[in-house]
Amino acid sequence: MHRFANPTRVLRIAAAILPWSAALTIVLFASGLYFALVASPIDYQQKDAVRIMYVHVPAAFMGMMGYALLAVASAVGLIWRHPVADLTAKAAAPIGAAFTFVCLVSGSLWGQPTWGTWWVWDARLTSVLILFFLYVGYMAIWQAYDDQARAARAAAILALVGSVNLPIIHYSVTWWNTLHQGSSFSLAGSAIDPAMLLPLGLMTGAFAAYFVTVLIYRLRSEIAQRKLGVLRLRQAEGLQAT
Amino acid sequence: METLGSFFAMGGYAAFVWPAFGVTAAVLIGLLLASLKSWRDNEAALRSLEDSQQTRRRRSERGNAP
Repeated sequence: MHRFANPTRVLRIAAAILPWSAALTIVLFASGLYFALVASPIDYQQKDAVRIMYVHVPAAFMGMMGYALLAVASAVGLIWRHPVADLTAKAAAPIGAAFTFVCLVSGSLWGQPTWGTWWVWDARLTSVLILFFLYVGYMAIWQAYDDQARAARAAAILALVGSVNLPIIHYSVTWWNTLHQGSSFSLAGSAIDPAMLLPLGLMTGAFAAYFVTVLIYRLRSEIAQRKLGVLRLRQAEGLQAT
Repeated sequence: METLGSFFAMGGYAAFVWPAFGVTAAVLIGLLLASLKSWRDNEAALRSLEDSQQTRRRRSERGNAP
């Protein structure tokens, strides 16, 4: 039963984290939304449209962090044949895709009033759209194979190849001319006013806590489904033997 | 925020701010509910299969397997 030994430990750790991440999700969303929509100043140029930043920037950040997690888990699964790592990557993909989708939609809704356009095919926007397609392709590969081990391998290879897109997204605003602004954060500090930094930090924390919470539920579901497959296979073999 | 009306007006940017937050809420809540449902369904299926296999094993141990 060594196959179940590891998932059991992972599930125990996940069960210990879950109440904290769930509570943090609720508290951070409640306070983050209050500061984002009510108790933060408007921008002198963008007025209230600046509030879109409080969902757009955390969604972009978590979309990229989710892909980084997916790529690392895929590498672990590929190198050490660790099924829980494969399932973690599989569980993370829809969450990362959802955040990337939110990033694209909120960015479009922010672009229209501030840039005068919903969309431009420039480096930043295009590379984030590619990130979304990478997530979708990754999920499609899992669906395309009946053999879960082969599906995991093929999906992991796509995940690793696609990870070159992460630095491209990050540096796209410095490497190419773009409508999108450069990074407001550096090692030297932030170019954002503290009154706006607070809701931004709270919302980023809320998105991260949400990510962990939903990841745990999805991982539980994936592990249960994998056990179900093993049991059904054993049952079929047992019926054949008698 | 002076009045509720001006809050919802978002300084004239209501058509952009509210859809941005609305889409975010819809996507995140939808994904949470779908994830919870898939977890409950898989756990329930696993438990019922484990139960039925245990019953069969017990029956065969007693020597009156069908």
